[in-house]
Amino acid sequence: MKEYAIINSRLPKVDAWAKVTGDARYTDDLTMPNMLYGALLQSPLAHAKIKRIDTSKAEKLPGVKDVVTAKEAGLVKYGVSPARYDETIFCDQKVRYIGDEIAAVAAVDLETALEAVSLIEVEYEELPLLLDPFEARKEGAIAIHDDFPNNICAEVHQEFGNVEEALKTCDYIRTDKFVNKKQDGAFLEPQSCIATYDLNGNLTLTSSTQTVHYVQRTVAMVLGLPIGKVRVTKPCVGGGFGPKASANTIELVASLLSMRTGRPVKMTFTREQVFQHSRARHQFFHELTTGVMKDGTLIALKNVCHMDGGAYSSFGIATVYYGGSLLGAPYKLPNMKYDGYRMYTNKPANGAQRGHGGVIARAAWEQQLDVIAEELGMDPLELRLKNMMKKGDVTCNDFNMSSFGMEECLEAIRDGSGWKEKKGKLPKGKGIGVACGFFVSGAGFPIYRSETFHSTAMIKLSEDGGTINLYTAAADIGQGSDTVLTMMAAEAIGVRYEDVRVSSGDTDFGVDLGAYSSRQTLMSGHAVKQAGEDVRNQVLEVLSRNLKIPVEDMDIKQGLIIFKKGKVDFSGLRSQYIKEHRGWVDAPSGDELTFKEAARVAYFEKGVVVGRGSYKPGDLGGKYKGAAVGTSPAYGCSAQVVEVSVDMDTGKITIDNMTDAHDCGFAINRTNVEGQMQGSLSMGVGEALYEEIKFDAKGRVVNPTFGEYRIPTALDMPNVNAIIIESNEPNGPWGAKEVGEGAIMPTIPAILNAIYDATGIRVRELPVTSERLFMAMKEKNKK
Amino acid sequence: MKKIITLKVNNKEYEVAVAPNRTLTQVLREDLNLPGTKCGCDMGDCGACTVILDDRPVNSCLVLAVQAHNREITTIEGVADGPNLHPIQQAFVEHGAVQCGFCTPGMVLSAKSLLEKNMDPTEHEIREALSGNLCRCTGYQKIVEAVKSASQTMKK
Repeated sequence: MKEYAIINSRLPKVDAWAKVTGDARYTDDLTMPNMLYGALLQSPLAHAKIKRIDTSKAEKLPGVKDVVTAKEAGLVKYGVSPARYDETIFCDQKVRYIGDEIAAVAAVDLETALEAVSLIEVEYEELPLLLDPFEARKEGAIAIHDDFPNNICAEVHQEFGNVEEALKTCDYIRTDKFVNKKQDGAFLEPQSCIATYDLNGNLTLTSSTQTVHYVQRTVAMVLGLPIGKVRVTKPCVGGGFGPKASANTIELVASLLSMRTGRPVKMTFTREQVFQHSRARHQFFHELTTGVMKDGTLIALKNVCHMDGGAYSSFGIATVYYGGSLLGAPYKLPNMKYDGYRMYTNKPANGAQRGHGGVIARAAWEQQLDVIAEELGMDPLELRLKNMMKKGDVTCNDFNMSSFGMEECLEAIRDGSGWKEKKGKLPKGKGIGVACGFFVSGAGFPIYRSETFHSTAMIKLSEDGGTINLYTAAADIGQGSDTVLTMMAAEAIGVRYEDVRVSSGDTDFGVDLGAYSSRQTLMSGHAVKQAGEDVRNQVLEVLSRNLKIPVEDMDIKQGLIIFKKGKVDFSGLRSQYIKEHRGWVDAPSGDELTFKEAARVAYFEKGVVVGRGSYKPGDLGGKYKGAAVGTSPAYGCSAQVVEVSVDMDTGKITIDNMTDAHDCGFAINRTNVEGQMQGSLSMGVGEALYEEIKFDAKGRVVNPTFGEYRIPTALDMPNVNAIIIESNEPNGPWGAKEVGEGAIMPTIPAILNAIYDATGIRVRELPVTSERLFMAMKEKNKK
Repeated sequence: MKKIITLKVNNKEYEVAVAPNRTLTQVLREDLNLPGTKCGCDMGDCGACTVILDDRPVNSCLVLAVQAHNREITTIEGVADGPNLHPIQQAFVEHGAVQCGFCTPGMVLSAKSLLEKNMDPTEHEIREALSGNLCRCTGYQKIVEAVKSASQTMKK
């Protein structure tokens, strides 16, 4: 493999120093002079008509600067996908879930704002509650949204090949049902924002968001501002995982309050509000029918999925497509039929979370494949190897596997876990399981229909040539995009890591669709690489004219100009540089011409030295309805082996070992790639074993805390043997593609398959709590 | 009625007037301008607000500021020695133990508190000491590796 100076290494993250010292600033750490604090009035009822709102007492409370309801905010509808804009800033006629926003207050401090909220009087008329998606669908059920009389928010019907005909030819067919529970993103930083509207009519919104671009568009549209007057910027963000990938209520409310009061307004969710706002993983009800031949060849898959959407659409339109399309790979599957339904219910809206829409389908199917392997008397790992797609294969739903190291992943985990020595040979109570998965490396299309670039980047050299400023609107939410993009810029130009200073996550820096669908390494990376190469070429061209040496006879490495054909006299350039910077501490020295000196020459000729990069995927194929959800320039893939111990008396499950191989195309930062793998697996462990949002009969979340909504702790997670596979993706910068989401795909089913191996029990309802497994073991023992 | 209290934070004394219902997290962040201490849940569940109070790691959101009167407090801002990172911080940087960084201040302080009492902890002891600090990003592995490595550095 080619040697690189910067990329493919283990450089520390650019923001690590600030984060370990407490210097890093997140939104709620910031204050503005004269800042007001906002608070929300949210519905205590899950479904009710609003008869009357009286804000007069709140308005009279000293310290209150503004009180707003739908009357002041207007009723412009918004959401994630323009096809389903179904939210307004505040509820107008009715409330649809406990937590639905009715009014807001801006006051001089938070205590006053909260007190004012408590003084707002609302009279409700309760409506019938719909908490079960199947009840919501029934004839005669009350409509949660008037435009959707059956409460079906979206439905998808796709067929590739001919499933019914294909099933007739199969030797073995089985159908299984599978269900998970509504989950929470459980990022550590609650959403927060500060809106500042100035006298020139400019709105600056600082927010803990994954997607400054989409927030900018939504805020401008809903508040009726020219889009150029809205700037959205993010400081450090404490995790996102999907739920922070679209505009939220407080971003809109704080902006509105700032516009009306002329003062900065801060709003921050409490942890309970994070759970109520939600927009995290849906509850899915899958029914999968798979047909195979005796030799294990996969022939057909029928997938029927019902999703509990909650009160609003959020990302749901995409989710309902992903619930089908993400089973199109990684196995060769000629026939696939999908019927997906997303229902409105009176619960917090569900949206996108790591592995968007595909995680539960994957869990269901990979467990079913395990059952099929057993029925056919095959090793489940061999069944997978037999059906595995290879580089260049195209799925029945038109996904092009332009690189695909799936076989290498499977072989790596087989050998890395000791599969052959363990499978079928472990004592009762110990089990081993395998599963595979894949994911998009960036959505091929923006959320709104547009010819927009998906990522732009700008690299500007300082006049002294010593600092390379990288500007990108990409969002580092902890996953490390600032680091990866800095490394890419340094590599493309040929300078040192520390010479590049990254500024990111700001709509003023360009367009970037943001941190979702595992897109930034590939897409933002392309733009940055292009911008770096542009700058490099500009500097070399000027230098070429100046020194009369052809560009192709020069190179830039580690911040030094390499003259391929031997020594060049650059003493004139050096003495001029030193003369101009007399008194500075960083005068160039040594036998080689530095990039800094060369860049200074470019500055003399151009004044401004800026490199530009912009990226959008080309034509990705797929002409059928819904092809926009799932087509991507590249696909990452992974395989995992999990080993568990089960206490056969109590049902307590311990994860002993996890072996994970992920094909990320090419690892820009190897430590970051492992971090994404380990973090994904940890989220998968939580979803498999603990995580479940619970509701009471009135639709209230009863466990909106980390005490009662359990995520894995340091004692729950084992060490992960993380194996990086590099397949060199032709559509990725330096061959790179995703790792952030694909790595979660196999985790849940590998755990389920290991639990079966340990106990002989197939659990088809998540999470597999000790109680659930204990009851299942008890049931089995009865038989 | 506000009370005047003295807080000894990072070897510096502060005299502050605080309402009796204000938590140590709030006073550190808002009154003393030390926002390195994070507030993730405000209920003592997540550990992001961990500070060391008289040699013990505590969730500062569960401590009233008045309870910390005259007591020694170490926050994340007091861990490094000027520009020189503490070995735990250095190890976090080098081992990739930081992703979003929101749990990091609390993790560093829990680890510091552990290593001050136990110079050579086992992996399990490290995991136990960090089990009150939630992290959603890393899966904990690189954090545990960093603490282990820091313990080796600190022994030297």
